[in-house]
Amino acid sequence: MAVMAEPVAAQIKRSSLWSRAFESRNFLGAMFMVPAIAILILFLAYPLVLGLWLGMTDTKIGGVGRFIGFKNFVSLSRDSVFWLSVFNTIFYTVAASIVKFAIGLYLALLLNERLPFKSMIRAIVLLPFVVPTVLSAIAFWWIYDSQFSIISWVLIKAGLISHYIDFLGDPWNARWSVVVANIWRGVPFVAITLLAGLQTISPSLYEAANLDGATNLQRFRHITLPMLSPIIAVVMTFSVLMTFTDFQLIYTITRGGPINATHLMATLSFQRAITGGNLGEGAAISNAMIPFLVAAILLSFFGLQRSRWQQGGRD
Amino acid sequence: MSTADDQTVGMDYLESFPRKFLRVYLPLGLIMVFLLFPFYWMTVATFKPDAEMYDYEKYNPFWILHPTFEHITKLFFETDYPLWMWNTVIVSVCSTFISLFASVCAAYAIERLRYKGSRYVGLAIFLGYLVPPSILFIPLAAIVFQLGLFDGNLALILTYPTFLIPFCTWLLMGYFRTIPYELEECALIDGATRLQILTKITLPLSLPGVISAGIFAFTLSWNEFIYALTFISSSENKTIPVGAITELVNGDVYHWGALMAAALTGSVPVVILYSFFVEYYVSAMTGAVKE
Repeated sequence: MAVMAEPVAAQIKRSSLWSRAFESRNFLGAMFMVPAIAILILFLAYPLVLGLWLGMTDTKIGGVGRFIGFKNFVSLSRDSVFWLSVFNTIFYTVAASIVKFAIGLYLALLLNERLPFKSMIRAIVLLPFVVPTVLSAIAFWWIYDSQFSIISWVLIKAGLISHYIDFLGDPWNARWSVVVANIWRGVPFVAITLLAGLQTISPSLYEAANLDGATNLQRFRHITLPMLSPIIAVVMTFSVLMTFTDFQLIYTITRGGPINATHLMATLSFQRAITGGNLGEGAAISNAMIPFLVAAILLSFFGLQRSRWQQGGRD
Repeated sequence: MSTADDQTVGMDYLESFPRKFLRVYLPLGLIMVFLLFPFYWMTVATFKPDAEMYDYEKYNPFWILHPTFEHITKLFFETDYPLWMWNTVIVSVCSTFISLFASVCAAYAIERLRYKGSRYVGLAIFLGYLVPPSILFIPLAAIVFQLGLFDGNLALILTYPTFLIPFCTWLLMGYFRTIPYELEECALIDGATRLQILTKITLPLSLPGVISAGIFAFTLSWNEFIYALTFISSSENKTIPVGAITELVNGDVYHWGALMAAALTGSVPVVILYSFFVEYYVSAMTGAVKE
């Protein structure tokens, strides 16, 4: 950043303390920050700390909790449903993120071609991201219905299967069903942000590679991927964060069922804390998500640093 | 973004149509079908009479033979749907404006006043952006209850800015950075106060950024679910996503027609807004990632 020039007007002498205060950058800066900081401290920083505290109490809804140390975590560590939800969360995140990245990158490359109605196509592609997740999840719920699933109907008509598929009644079917719904929602975000990254790559690089006789694959491998890697790191961090902490899709489509087979840590904490009334235990489950989130952020942060350094940027 | 619209190199334009069709149009078409099908399905179910909806033998499920408005009229006149719509509008508009005001001030202070420690505050706000609502909703529920805001619009209006302000501030910081300092210095020499500079110079010049942040914040609040589900209990105070999921399902009886009508009519306002401001929306989404 350029060095901040000292405001010239500040050198003009004014008499009152008040008007001088309004020329002090520190005072003015503090005044400007008040609304944002007040809201963020009261409703973001304080709840974050309160959540850590609640996780170590036995608070129930409508009651005052006692401090019980790590007892919540000890009882969770013996709770098979909790471990199932950890497994589900990791499976959901890994499976959905890999496919979202693959389809998203592919779609971004396709959209980067010379196409008619390009901006309209781009606008349409983004629709699943714009529409409220819960409302589109209702459509998926109907698509996965055990008696009236359109997928089953088409497959039966095509002669591929003989019975309606029980999408949400069987544990693994249900897991893959919600993963597909998540992919559907996440692909547009990945594709459009990666497309924005693709458009910043200078065409002269490709021209130079072409003159050197590079194939399509070589151009992708040695120009597109390295130039895109910083933005890939950021996009995938966001994508992993959103998927790992997902709540809406699961709550709408399966509510964690069948027999907890699709419970994520977020939905389980809601069930224990709000539906079941055990705020303390629910908070402990939420807190158990924090180490994973921090790990994901650090991983992508250091990944980002490395690729910047590779490109000869500073730091 | 417009610097290099096509990555076509050399003699690519000589590529024959059948080849390009296989390489580009076909996969693109398949992905588009995958992305658009749920919307088509939602629309079909909304206007389909129950008789056709639950009989795949007699009627082809892909078409509507006798379109009907019965689900929509049922939704609007026999449920609290109009109230949910109203609540959603109020909450989204208020929380967007609160967030925009707070974010414009904060971003200006961090980026232009450069007070002591502003860099660290900027970083802290970005970290706030990474805190997901699903780890905040339990302690927030306790706070909302203590403050006596439970089961009211105000609970949502005050908590939505927690994820809107970090995002908007971060986005606006990027926009303010692109405005030359010289303009502000000129105004200072002419005797303008900081507030005048903000309202007369910085804000008008970064209007696209403010619109982007506003559109994006509005859709984020419209789509919000977990806070609304946790903090609101009575039907007349719910927002559309929560109301649709909790009130239109009676035990095991799913009113699929009404559910789909709610999904469709709840999506249409954001889609209309989005279609008017696509460029702003995309720049908000990509801008937050590019930094």
